[in-house]
Amino acid sequence: MSEQQNNSGNSSGGCVDGGFWRWQEYHRVLSDKLWSSSDVITAGIDVGSVGSKAVILVNGEVYSWGVIRTGSNSPESAIKALDWAFRGTGLKQSDLKYVVGTGYGRVNVSFANKALTEIACHAKGANYIWGPQVHTVLDVGGQDIKAIRCDDTGRVTSFLMNDKCAAGTGRGMEVFADLLKISIEDIGEMSLNVSEEPPPVSCTCVAFAKTEAVGLLRKGWSKEKVLAAYTKAMAVRMSNLIKRVGLEPALVITGGQSKNVGIVSRVETVLGVKCLPMPNWRKDGIDPTIAGALGAGLYAKTLYDKTKNT
Amino acid sequence: MITYYGYTDGSGAFYVVINSDKCNGCRNCIKQCPKNLLQIASIFIDLDDKPVVAIKPEHCNNIKYLCAQCNPKQNQTPCITSCPTKAIKCISEPTNKNNHNNP
Repeated sequence: MSEQQNNSGNSSGGCVDGGFWRWQEYHRVLSDKLWSSSDVITAGIDVGSVGSKAVILVNGEVYSWGVIRTGSNSPESAIKALDWAFRGTGLKQSDLKYVVGTGYGRVNVSFANKALTEIACHAKGANYIWGPQVHTVLDVGGQDIKAIRCDDTGRVTSFLMNDKCAAGTGRGMEVFADLLKISIEDIGEMSLNVSEEPPPVSCTCVAFAKTEAVGLLRKGWSKEKVLAAYTKAMAVRMSNLIKRVGLEPALVITGGQSKNVGIVSRVETVLGVKCLPMPNWRKDGIDPTIAGALGAGLYAKTLYDKTKNT
Repeated sequence: MITYYGYTDGSGAFYVVINSDKCNGCRNCIKQCPKNLLQIASIFIDLDDKPVVAIKPEHCNNIKYLCAQCNPKQNQTPCITSCPTKAIKCISEPTNKNNHNNP
């Protein structure tokens, strides 16, 4: 496998040239719905470290959304995400009755009526997508991991955030995608393509894990096996956070890594529970990446109603 | 809402746990903390912003070392004992008991 050797010899390169870490920006409108000027239109904007998400709601129901990569300019990313969510809807910023910003870049959403922590928003969004049976939410973002416990209404009861470093986060996966020259979308499937689960890498720190991975590749490990070992280490780390806040079923995973089947299945194995699958009626609809922005949009509707009543 | 501040790494787990439902915002713990790690922050609960005590964001990643001098293992730190509503506790679980603490 000469290609592999080339890669391992080249590992010091950054992620600029290859672009394997680049995931697809997109937008969607739920076409079975329409809006009129009498409707209450609200928006939630989640400016994350890696992705910016905007969700438009009509009378508290999801209508459209956009998902883009966060650029170096957070205020611009917020506006761009909103523009993507507006595409094909005929809506514009002045139609919005209330906007809530969330995510680590929430202070940069200049046109937001209010900024909320992503903790509250993810729990609310997960509650909307999966329903009241959700009691534990694992949000795996680009830069941190949050284990959140909530009640039947999506109100947060306890949470733990790992914000020490990028270990075991979406950004770590992007670094691996680039190191192994595999598209970020394929990384989960590929990590499951091993005959036997290898031991997890000893260190989830992105910088050290990369060095360790290069060593393993040189030892003749396949890319799949290296990915499996790293994904396993991440899953163990995430599971430990969940155990700390206490796992109360049902469990769901939100954020970009919810699309990584390698992560999801290993977290399920370590914890001994299944995550809730996407509900059938929303299978081709809502993406768990937008849970935070969706929760922000739902709070926007509630807060707007509150201002009308006082 | 219960917030866990801290982390688990190779040396074990350390968390300061603050229950914002119990916190009455009296600031006793803020005054008592020898390292000045605490502040009042607003937390969004039931559509309102409630002022409760929180770890300053810049200290979240090193509280284990900053908190070490108060001996959190005994759960008798100034912040814990000064709290009238028992809203604060510490979780300190070193992996290796022979670990020396950072001075």
